Amino acid sequence: MMGAFATLIARDIRRAWTGGGALLPVAFFLLVAILFPFAVGPDAALLARVGGGVLWAAALLAALIPVERLVAPDLASGVIDQLLVRGQSAAAIALAKLIAHWLSFAPPILLAALPAAALLDLPMTTLMRVEVGLLIGTPGLAALALAVGALTATLRGAGALAGLLILPLAIPLLIFGAGSLDGGTGALKLLAAVSLLLVAGAPFVAGAAIRTSLD
Amino acid sequence: MLRFDAITCARGGRVLFEGLSFALEPGGAALVTGPNGAGKSSLIRIAAGLLRPAAGTVDGDTPRALLSEAASLDEESPLAKALGFWARLDGRTQAVAGALEATALGDLADVPVRLLSTGQRRRAAFARVIAGGAPVWLLDEPANGLDSTALGLLEDAIARHRAGDGAVLVASHTPIRLPNARTITLRRESA
Repeated sequence: MMGAFATLIARDIRRAWTGGGALLPVAFFLLVAILFPFAVGPDAALLARVGGGVLWAAALLAALIPVERLVAPDLASGVIDQLLVRGQSAAAIALAKLIAHWLSFAPPILLAALPAAALLDLPMTTLMRVEVGLLIGTPGLAALALAVGALTATLRGAGALAGLLILPLAIPLLIFGAGSLDGGTGALKLLAAVSLLLVAGAPFVAGAAIRTSLD
Repeated sequence: MLRFDAITCARGGRVLFEGLSFALEPGGAALVTGPNGAGKSSLIRIAAGLLRPAAGTVDGDTPRALLSEAASLDEESPLAKALGFWARLDGRTQAVAGALEATALGDLADVPVRLLSTGQRRRAAFARVIAGGAPVWLLDEPANGLDSTALGLLEDAIARHRAGDGAVLVASHTPIRLPNARTITLRRESA
């Protein structure tokens, strides 16, 4: 017998995969990695130098793709109403969505970073730093996507607006994530701090946004 | 089981109804009637705790089941699985089969929700309410899209629920059989 919280997480993960929504960010991530060498030319040394940063920017852009399907469909179909009537708090619903979103977003991106690194001819050490950084940074990206998804859930054509809201807020993740590529743990610690802050705040922001959108 | 105490509802700066008080006892029923825009759905949403009243309080901590405009069933799932999700949350997975029978949807258990017709979808949402087993039912326009046979099933299910000491609050602009129900008539105020 699963608890209500685990049931909610399982439903969101299943919906992410059956709708094909979980594959889109990965495809987008890989496309950016494929297009970049075409844009700057096949200079292996240059690609290896900037490749880590490219992967970070690609991950950031990929995080924008699922924003519109995180909260808006459930709000429109009354699923969130039904959960609230059953006594679930809006913040708990948002936390379940955050965990489910990270579980269906981060592992595929971490896997896709392997072929993407090969396309950019990244050295092994850089690849490992990217993977560690993404592991720490993706919860923060998922939290931002969820909070903005909830804030824009009742707006028409919220996708473009969501991008404008998320990208500036994600700058610290990008700076510390790309900063960690030089080695050293200072940037990683700051990345973890930013990510933790976003994860801790997002369920409450998203919960309040969900509550407000009911009125 | 559910008690409205001097509830005032305002939407978009307009007062829809003022000082509304009533109580639902076990086995009781109340029918909310009124023209479109009179605040029937708002009243149901206040009873469900989804909308804050402008004034007054709603008492009663009995679990409630809500039937609103949206079916709230996952479109791509087979009907029985979509209902099963809610039944798991309510801890009543064994009640799904009975609820499908009560709404004459037993044959459609394996059909994805997105293929259901308007009336079938409405019955499926009602099956979710039945399976939930909450003592208080809040039904917003339950008769929408139902043919006369399905309406009969709905009325029978409500009668059984009341016979089992359940209470219902129904908002409907079409006639619906609710013996001994208290009628709450909302009027549209001129703006």
